[in-house]
Amino acid sequence: MSIFYFIAFLSILFSVLVISAKNPVHSILYLILTFFTFTIQYILLNAQFLAIVNFIVYMGAILVLFLYTLMLINLNKDSEPVKSNMVKIAGVLGGGCLLVVVVASLKAIGVSQPVLLKDPGLGLVKNLGKVLFNEFLLPFEVSSLLLLSAMVGAVLLATKDPKTT
Amino acid sequence: MGTADILIKFALILIIFLISLVIAMYSTYAERKLAAFFQDRVGPNRAGPFGILQPLADGAKMFLKEEIIPTNSSGFLFIVGPSLAIMTACIGSAVIPWGQQLTIGSHVIDLQVTDINVGVLYIFGVVSLGVYGVMIGGWASNNKYSLLGAIRAASQNISYEIAMGLSIIALLMVTGSLSLKEIAAQQHGWHWNIVYQPLGFLIFIICAFAETNRTPFDLPECETELVGGYHTEYSSMKLGFYLFSEYINMFVSSAVMATLYFGGYNFPFMHSLGLSANWVTILGVIALFIKIFAFIFFFMWVRWTIPRFRYDQLMDLGWKTLIPLAIANIVITGLFITFLK
Repeated sequence: MSIFYFIAFLSILFSVLVISAKNPVHSILYLILTFFTFTIQYILLNAQFLAIVNFIVYMGAILVLFLYTLMLINLNKDSEPVKSNMVKIAGVLGGGCLLVVVVASLKAIGVSQPVLLKDPGLGLVKNLGKVLFNEFLLPFEVSSLLLLSAMVGAVLLATKDPKTT
Repeated sequence: MGTADILIKFALILIIFLISLVIAMYSTYAERKLAAFFQDRVGPNRAGPFGILQPLADGAKMFLKEEIIPTNSSGFLFIVGPSLAIMTACIGSAVIPWGQQLTIGSHVIDLQVTDINVGVLYIFGVVSLGVYGVMIGGWASNNKYSLLGAIRAASQNISYEIAMGLSIIALLMVTGSLSLKEIAAQQHGWHWNIVYQPLGFLIFIICAFAETNRTPFDLPECETELVGGYHTEYSSMKLGFYLFSEYINMFVSSAVMATLYFGGYNFPFMHSLGLSANWVTILGVIALFIKIFAFIFFFMWVRWTIPRFRYDQLMDLGWKTLIPLAIANIVITGLFITFLK
């Protein structure tokens, strides 16, 4: 349990650093550390497959692409666009709404019963595969179709340049 | 788990760490000697007989050189880069089964640091993490050449990771297990996976070359275009770490290839020699290392034979050739398993 609290503290610390870091590249590096702490949490939950997939897909692929893009566009103070007053007002309104939601949810807080899994080895590859392809076959296939359509959409958007088509 | 078991594990980790460092050290020597052989030269021959003390001399030189941190670099990340590179190179060996079991007294020692349930995916994760060392170092140097090298490394790694993952999926369909220990044990008696997955192995070894940044895929440090690539600004042992991590990566990926496709510690006629279990294990470890050295030799042979790719050729090979081939391999493997087994 103490490991959980320590790692949870680290996750929150790093995610605060993500938004407070001045340099966008530093903020991505903190995001990588945040995802790494998530991986440790999954391992503590005995969800080995989820942990390693989170590690490979988020840390190893998506964030590499993030870092790649940020290194190329070279953001700094001079090139930062000046925000208009409308944007600032919208930001204040949005932040205020979020604050209301957070306060409301804090008021309704209560200690819930810990969820006990029927099978503690559910997170292992074999069991997870069986569950995914038996009980949750339809949602699984539907989400794969969703990903496919997103992929096709991305390719379509990228080739809209009249010179290349 | 008693104290003795923990001590044995600790000793095993230490031994594997030392072995990978020594092999990486002597890979630099082997590379120079082989390069000399391929180019009809003599190679290093001054430090010790046949120059075998050359790696030690190189190491001492690296440590004693002046340490330069460029003024405009981001200081902390500049140091994190090479540290991350050498760390990710070293942790990959944790799941490789180096042999079967040794029985000493009442202790049964598994010659594997840890047999995690998702061993193959762990290796894959470590490989995908490896690019951060190069990227962070290249960016922190604040130098155009370094940045270009880092960006090349990132896009190359991501492109070839996909094909590598797909070739591993076909292998997993054959073995039905993600644990490297089981995969090695299944290949007992000539049931080597190379027989069932020749195309998958071809894709895997090409991707292994790309992931370790070895020629013909060493574009991130292409000196004709980018001065020194991502390590242009590095000096002293920080440069040493970058160069060294390449050799450790080569050793670990050779071990992975030997385990996944070439039978791991299995060797022909293992159980018809009439030796005790301990001797079979020791011979198995030797067999595994012979396979690893053969792969390392192959890495070097290719380096001194083939020129490097042009960048668009590299991308074409990765996306238009290897990925479709790997997907076709998965389909063919699936058909074989469904209809012939």
